[in-house]
Amino acid sequence: MTIPENLLYTKDHEWARLDGDKVTMGITDFAQGSLGDITFIDLPKPGAKVEQSKWCATVESVKAASDVYAPFSGEVLKVNTQLTGHPELVNKSAYDAGWFAVVKISDLEEKNKLMNSTQYKEYIQGLSK
Amino acid sequence: MQLIFEKSRTGRSGFMLPEIDVPVVAGLPEKYCRKQAPSLPEVSELDVVRHFTNLSRLNFSVDTNFYPLGSCTMKYNPKFTEKICALDGFSDLHPLLPQLLGGGMLAQGALEVLYNTERLLSEITGMSAFTTQPLAGAHGELTGVMLIAAYHKYNGEHRKHIIIPDSSHGTNPASAAIAGYNVVVIPTDKDGFLDMQAYKQALNQETAAVMLTCPDTLGIFNPRIKEIADLAHAAGALMYYDGANLNAILGKCRPGDIGFDVIHLNLHKTFATPHGGGGPGAGPVGVCEKLIDFLPISRVIRRSDGTFALDYHKHKSIGYIAPFYGNFGVILKAYAYILRLGKSGLIEASENAVLSANYCLARLRDYYAPAYGKSCMHECVLSAAKQLEQGVHALDIAKYLIDRGFHPPTIYFPMIVKEAMMIEPTETESKETLDAFIEVMIEAASLAKTNPEALHSAPLSMSVKRLDETKAAREPNLRWKPK
Amino acid sequence: MNYIAHTELEKKEMLKAIGAVSVEDLFRHIPDGLRPKSFNIPEGKSEFDVIEYLKLLSRKNATNLTDFVGGGFYDHYIPAAVDALAGRSEFYTAYTPYQPECSQGWLQAIYEYQTVICELTGLDVSNASLYDGGTALYEAAMMAMRLTGRKKIIVDSGVSLIYRTMLYAYTSNLSIEFVETPVVHGQSCREDIYKHLDDKTAAVIVQNPNFFGAVDDFSDIAQRVHKCGALAIASVYPVSLGMLKSPGEMGIDIATGEGQSLGIPLSFGGPYLGFIAVKKEHMRQLPGRIVGATVDKDNKRGFVLTLQAREQHIRRERATSNICSNEALCALRALIYTSLLGKAGFQELARLNYQKAEFAKATLGNVSGVEVKRSAPTFNEFTVCLPKNADEVVYRMINKGFACGFPLGRFYKGLDNYLLVAVTEKRTKEEIMQFANSLEAALCS
Repeated sequence: MTIPENLLYTKDHEWARLDGDKVTMGITDFAQGSLGDITFIDLPKPGAKVEQSKWCATVESVKAASDVYAPFSGEVLKVNTQLTGHPELVNKSAYDAGWFAVVKISDLEEKNKLMNSTQYKEYIQGLSK
Repeated sequence: MQLIFEKSRTGRSGFMLPEIDVPVVAGLPEKYCRKQAPSLPEVSELDVVRHFTNLSRLNFSVDTNFYPLGSCTMKYNPKFTEKICALDGFSDLHPLLPQLLGGGMLAQGALEVLYNTERLLSEITGMSAFTTQPLAGAHGELTGVMLIAAYHKYNGEHRKHIIIPDSSHGTNPASAAIAGYNVVVIPTDKDGFLDMQAYKQALNQETAAVMLTCPDTLGIFNPRIKEIADLAHAAGALMYYDGANLNAILGKCRPGDIGFDVIHLNLHKTFATPHGGGGPGAGPVGVCEKLIDFLPISRVIRRSDGTFALDYHKHKSIGYIAPFYGNFGVILKAYAYILRLGKSGLIEASENAVLSANYCLARLRDYYAPAYGKSCMHECVLSAAKQLEQGVHALDIAKYLIDRGFHPPTIYFPMIVKEAMMIEPTETESKETLDAFIEVMIEAASLAKTNPEALHSAPLSMSVKRLDETKAAREPNLRWKPK
Repeated sequence: MNYIAHTELEKKEMLKAIGAVSVEDLFRHIPDGLRPKSFNIPEGKSEFDVIEYLKLLSRKNATNLTDFVGGGFYDHYIPAAVDALAGRSEFYTAYTPYQPECSQGWLQAIYEYQTVICELTGLDVSNASLYDGGTALYEAAMMAMRLTGRKKIIVDSGVSLIYRTMLYAYTSNLSIEFVETPVVHGQSCREDIYKHLDDKTAAVIVQNPNFFGAVDDFSDIAQRVHKCGALAIASVYPVSLGMLKSPGEMGIDIATGEGQSLGIPLSFGGPYLGFIAVKKEHMRQLPGRIVGATVDKDNKRGFVLTLQAREQHIRRERATSNICSNEALCALRALIYTSLLGKAGFQELARLNYQKAEFAKATLGNVSGVEVKRSAPTFNEFTVCLPKNADEVVYRMINKGFACGFPLGRFYKGLDNYLLVAVTEKRTKEEIMQFANSLEAALCS
């Protein structure tokens, strides 16, 4: 299981890659691993407003449907349309080809509510205890 | 096996319609007619008969295999009820007949069946009245929640949520939500019961109802059920009873006596009507006195002269929830079953259902971890958590059972139990059958230790091996298309 | 004998294994205070006695009437093979095919049924069935609201009143705005529909043929509805689809209907069969079970329940519907029925129904005082205006051996003299002529 160092993480297992006032987001390797084979991803529409810790996408596997929450509030600039036909990209490449959306951040301060890679690693270790 | 469409040969036909005996006139104007005829198969009657006979043989069913599918009460379906259902006087009866002037007198037998069934179900459950209209269990739930909403609305209250335990059937929260309620989920405590502290915290003036199964989906009877009901009533909420598990308590306990206000039954479970490969079922709904006026129209009434009629004039009613009087053919079978068994027979059914489930639990508990407690009601929930240590899932055990001729138990439900296997043997299975099933379950537990691969590769004896469900969901192929 | 196999000895052995002294011991968790206040059920009867009793009740129902009643539920002939095959207990004593490897027969049958519904409706995707035509229409309306995020629905009053009242009952708690538009000259009033159609509208619901029997082509309505970002929903009568323009050809987004006419007995109102079919892009909002084709480990074709993440057992309060059990056995009957009739037979069936109804129209039109409404074309059901209250005429006709139709005044204000007459392939020329003669007599007396 990989946890890249340069990303921020949520307790719901989303990752966020900051780039100025924009953020690329997706779900973590841990999340894709526990969901199993992902069969469908319901993404937000570009232009949609999302709120931190609120619904922004749904990930489906054969026997589960899990909500994905936005790591930052803001406006969705673009989504990864590749995922529509190839949801398996999230299983294969959670942090790169399997990205979900790019969001224009409305409040950069929200990053203080997220974890860095070390904290996230500890958080996951805590879960398995 | 080929699809019926793949067996099609241009020009072949399987049925002869009567000759046209009236003078033929011009057809409809072209704009109303379809350009392309539906591509239905072109096959002979024997093609059809052989196709579906052979398809039928690819199924496990109660009549061919032990089918301990928990929560579904797969008991034996007595054959005589099929004969009754097929009587012309029932099967050919047009449902609009009693809505014609004088037509009610032409459907007296059918109305009497409905009336008597409602009375019997009321007595069995301790409710004041029943409607037979709901067409399935979940449909009954929706009807029940609509009754609850109508009751509160009538009393000028706007209650917003329904309390449901986390161990509930998925239909409970789904029914509450589509009827317009928020769902408040209560966790299960360490003993498998509703967490009372969380329950008390959740219960308030906004609670419309508390929706419970009793015995619950873990197969255990909550001794504090009356207290739960009293607390709900004190808060002005109604108590909803999911009757999926009624087969555990016939003649032993009645939801109405506990204080449940609304209840649905699954006639295809407790009252032995065939499950039909996923329906038709029937989900009659019973209510306490104060909810009678809200029941769906029409209501079957008995006039003072002993004849039966339909009453539509109920201004508080929630209206029509089915086109007519329910799945009449199913209701008829359940009625016949209740008449056949009678009081002692119904009690005997529950006693033996509970006996058989406890027997399975007692003999399997050393091999699989029981979810909760030492005893159960009509079904027991075991966990394959121990087997998971060897990499064997409940799914693998299920597939192995198939190879050994047993339909698997319900697996992965209740969701709160890890690697759940929910076994409901029912009262109609013999001890030899239970023993044979238990032996195979024990064998599977042993294989999990010695040869997990044998479980992972199962089933090997069916028309197909393990199927790729991921592919099915990723690349949906939901209909045949001509090449 | 109550279908229980355990002998007394076996019960003792089982109790011993459990460690219980008696069966009653197993119910000890039920507190004494919660024991039944009464359980006043008559004692059981033999199988023979129950059958005799129910035979007696069945004879209290009239089945000797010549049936011209339709109203969405029709007296079609059911080939014997339908009963023989759907009566195989390997089908009817199974349940929902949760375990695909030992349920391939059912799964393949449902896949074939889904194909039949797609073929009939001209749409892309169907499901494993819904309860009936009314609940199917309700599910379609809910789907349209989810898909559009809007809460206003325009309903043509040519849609069966039974279905409209069901729709309103189900949604009475959901603050939905319903607008009913009138039927003018037998057909849907475009002008009125377009007047109400706006960017708040989720769907327009129409029915073909409508409750008065009139046939329509909704292509123009579908087009206008789409311009507003709304969906077009049509409730259709499957037998008519052997002849009539399909919902798919009209550009309808969601087609629903009652499948009773496809080999399912009238049986006093159920069990029946709700069907639904949609365009591919709406697939993931479908309610209920869906079967899909896939492959097994050896790459051999097989079938499974699929797209289950929509459903209540996974998504719980966020599911697309609460439906669990559907009407699988009725769907199987519809599949066997349509397979037996086949491509040519199904078209011929529609033609027979149409021609017989046209003959009935001409014949009844010759009865003095009876006016056959001809403002719109019809399929196998039509409206006649009588010189008297239709309720009374129906009553008199029952005494002459005819269920002569449905009096529209029961459902529509101001139509007290109107009778809705259905003619299926089962009605002979002779019966139709006798019907006309008896009607003449009934109107004279």
